[in-house]
Amino acid sequence: MAEETPKPVELTDPVEITVDGETVVAQGGDLLIDACERAGTYIPRFCYHPRMRPVGMCRMCLVEVDTGRGPALQPSCMLPVTEGMTVDTRSDTVAKVQDGVLEFLLANHPLDCPVCDKGGECPLQDQTYAYGPGESRYVEEKRHYEKPIAISETVYLDRERCILCDRCTRFADEVAGDPLIHFIDRGSSTQVNTFPDEPFSSYFSGNTVQICPVGALTAKPYRFKARPWDLTEVESTCTRCSVGCRITIESSQDQILRFQGVDSDAVNWGWMCDKGRFGFEAMNSENRLLAPMMRGEDGELTEVRWSDALSGVTSELRRALDGRGPSSVALIGGSRSTNEGAEAWARLAKSVIGTDNCDAQLGDGLPAEAALGLPGLTIDEVCAPGSTVLWMGPDPLETLPVLQIRLRHAVLNDGVRIVEVGPARTGLRSLVAARVPAAPGRLADVVGGLLGGDVADEFAQASEILRSAGDDLRVVVGRANLAESPDTVLAAVGAVRSALPAARFLVALGRGNVRGALEAGLAPGLLPGGIPLSSGELPQGWESIPAEEGHDTTGILSAAAAGRIDVLVLLGADPLTDFPDRSLARRALAAARCVVAVTPLLDASAAGAHIVLPAAGFGEVDGTTTNLEGRVTPVSAKVTIPGTARADRSIAGALASRLGATDSWDSPEDLPGAAESATDGDGPASGPDGDLLVGIDRELPIPSVGDLEVPPTDAYSLRLVVARKLYDRGTMLVESPSSAALAPGSVALLNPADAAPLGVEEGSRIRLISASGSISIPTVPDESVPKGSVLVHHDLEGADPRELVDISDVVCDVRVEVA
Amino acid sequence: MARLNEANEQLARAIIARYPEPRSALIPLCHLAQEQDGWLDEDAMAHVAELIGCTPAQVLGTASFYEMFKLHPVGKYCINVCTNISCQLLGGEELLEHAESRLGVRSGGTTPDGMFTLEDVECVAACTEAPAVQVNYRYFHRVGIEDFDALIDALLAGELDDVVPPHGTLAKVRQDLAADRIANITAPEDQEMPVWIARAEASAGEGAAT
Repeated sequence: MAEETPKPVELTDPVEITVDGETVVAQGGDLLIDACERAGTYIPRFCYHPRMRPVGMCRMCLVEVDTGRGPALQPSCMLPVTEGMTVDTRSDTVAKVQDGVLEFLLANHPLDCPVCDKGGECPLQDQTYAYGPGESRYVEEKRHYEKPIAISETVYLDRERCILCDRCTRFADEVAGDPLIHFIDRGSSTQVNTFPDEPFSSYFSGNTVQICPVGALTAKPYRFKARPWDLTEVESTCTRCSVGCRITIESSQDQILRFQGVDSDAVNWGWMCDKGRFGFEAMNSENRLLAPMMRGEDGELTEVRWSDALSGVTSELRRALDGRGPSSVALIGGSRSTNEGAEAWARLAKSVIGTDNCDAQLGDGLPAEAALGLPGLTIDEVCAPGSTVLWMGPDPLETLPVLQIRLRHAVLNDGVRIVEVGPARTGLRSLVAARVPAAPGRLADVVGGLLGGDVADEFAQASEILRSAGDDLRVVVGRANLAESPDTVLAAVGAVRSALPAARFLVALGRGNVRGALEAGLAPGLLPGGIPLSSGELPQGWESIPAEEGHDTTGILSAAAAGRIDVLVLLGADPLTDFPDRSLARRALAAARCVVAVTPLLDASAAGAHIVLPAAGFGEVDGTTTNLEGRVTPVSAKVTIPGTARADRSIAGALASRLGATDSWDSPEDLPGAAESATDGDGPASGPDGDLLVGIDRELPIPSVGDLEVPPTDAYSLRLVVARKLYDRGTMLVESPSSAALAPGSVALLNPADAAPLGVEEGSRIRLISASGSISIPTVPDESVPKGSVLVHHDLEGADPRELVDISDVVCDVRVEVA
Repeated sequence: MARLNEANEQLARAIIARYPEPRSALIPLCHLAQEQDGWLDEDAMAHVAELIGCTPAQVLGTASFYEMFKLHPVGKYCINVCTNISCQLLGGEELLEHAESRLGVRSGGTTPDGMFTLEDVECVAACTEAPAVQVNYRYFHRVGIEDFDALIDALLAGELDDVVPPHGTLAKVRQDLAADRIANITAPEDQEMPVWIARAEASAGEGAAT
């Protein structure tokens, strides 16, 4: 495992120290272990990790330090550098100490390296080899423990291998904020463990496996699958959500076996969430689509040859074009694609076919003009020391987990203050400086009131915090409630901008490469690079642009339901599972004459499609991806695409040439991506942190929503809030064995004050009834849900809130009956 | 017997209120739970975690560090026989051996009637009175073999009930002050600087000036 090497630091307080006889200039106050490493001298260590507070636990980094009182042994991970320090990392004393420390660490460590997953990449193994004794003087029996014990669904613990470095427990407490593992007992009986029957169920548990310096923690999906020397790796970017964590893809025998986090200063600091880390399992699923399928005369999907499938799609497209013209063709999806794939599909749809009915979002985002056009912020800027953040977005823990880690660090260490405004409490919980509930539909009023100082006493403090930031207020905006129209969020954005015209925004859209897909032009009314269609500009290499402006996904599905869409292409999108209004998605897919699904796995929508084209998955195509802040980083192919599946870009190319497009555009050079040419670096995604898209201040008309008409609440209804959970029943999760069981069941959370009059308590079933449908669901009273609202999570086992939602309504009111 | 009962939960909240940080009450609350049940049950630890706002794993981590928190049921009387150097020289080990045969359990075991748990312990700071024995942490000095038998008989007969409370009870009198009698309990940052520090700093300042 490549340990993170410390990044160069800016020398604001240069001090001169001597390391092994050489004079070195270091940053004063820096830890000696880092300063030495930056100067090229590696000091061995187990417990120290550059992204966590030092504890001086393992004693491996002892060096001789002379600060004028003669040389003394000091743990270099606990010692800040001061002027004139003389350090000896290679003296006889140091060598003897390292030898002794390793002999102690090995006193109880089983030498089972040949059957240990870590063997071959184990810091204990490597450092024993480099600094340790040839043999041990201990003859006593070593410790024995039951092995392995599962401390969570995905992580196994072999306690006898543990050297008590405190890395996993510190990570759980300090970084993840889930202190569910702890040192138990004392002295030679000390062990890491959970509380009985309370597993380490953290969204970040996989990180402990990566940072464990021995083989004590291993990951279920990787255990006994490969030896480190059989693995080859390539650097890539995780695209399970839009944070864009840098990772390595590691494979053996053409099969992806694990992902490891890579330390990117600007993004993930080496961490990953478990959904991303173990997400490769879906790509190795037995249910991967290996050949195209078409619905035969018997109504069943049967495998066909690619040429037949492509001819089928082409003739359907021709029929639609000859019949009702380009606007009868629509494309939904693209956020699972690479920038290049999205660009190819945008070009196919908009230039070759001529339809503007394209949308990479599924009714759960914000208009592309807002996503691309609002003056932007990076993650670093949101988390910058001392900044004040107005959070009016989705739950970061559930939708953008590693952003939550960054925010947690920023709040606890850098004095960042977050004021959370929204319909339900998020995973930020105690990290927020203030929380102001905003009932569905009321976000703009609440935000306007806070910024104007016109609030009830209990929120005066929140208002004061926000107002003290002035124009430097940093706003994170997104969809906290899928049962509420995006107009309510736009209205709130308007309220912020009218109070603070210079405010900047981080648009927290959740889907993997949604930003890249929107940049590529997979949005109604936009051309690649965020250029409005109305500009009439012809993008490079394009033959034409659509004659009329198209619809977003809601508009496309409504048109399809009304019978106005002949060919509906689903590019890695599953509206039946993902679109907030289930009834509309169902009606639309049933009414479209031909549904073409381009996907690696047969999701619910693809199962009902007329033509299914198997697409390559993550880790099977090269390209770039763009994260929520507009950072372009490479994604890499590591394994062969299974069966006859093809990269979505090449499918677009094949369709284009069948439709008579003149140039071939199958190779990357044929696709001068706007994303690539617009970055601030030398080329696409140079450094580990990638490149930020420039031109962040685009002149895009942010849709304004005048006076939003929110229907008045009636005393007999509750307002529905639909939020996402990290683990739901999405196809990719269902196909990942280690994550599939983690999705909780569906419950309705409501304020005890609303539950009491109904006479319901925890577990009793209620019926939620809206104009669109009704569901029966168990209740959980929860104080964090504002009075008058009911919170149901999206797409969990059991009742489905999408049955209640009518996407055309501003808010969704439900009546509650005791079932 | 598991979670804190209602009276103890109320007491727990009062104890928590004495500290600027609720987590500081972790150990006092573990004592409270042990006083209630004689040992520290998992449910009790989970309840303590709830009350002070941390995870049960953190409570277990702290509780398991300390010998005197018992994570398994113990007898009504926990008998500690010191076998450290002074006591050992004066017959501590022989005493332990006798205790094992008298009670019929090995060190660490509990008698079937649930009356006694026998433990050998390291120095209990009574070297001048060796060999020393503790019963529920109350001292018995210079205990010979016959003295031990007499002690067990007395405990069984209930003659020592006034001296030795049931296991878990630490102090004979709980500090339970009325709210109006509690002296100056404020958060550290709100404390006024003690006079002696202020005086010391003032004189140091004068020294620097001259």
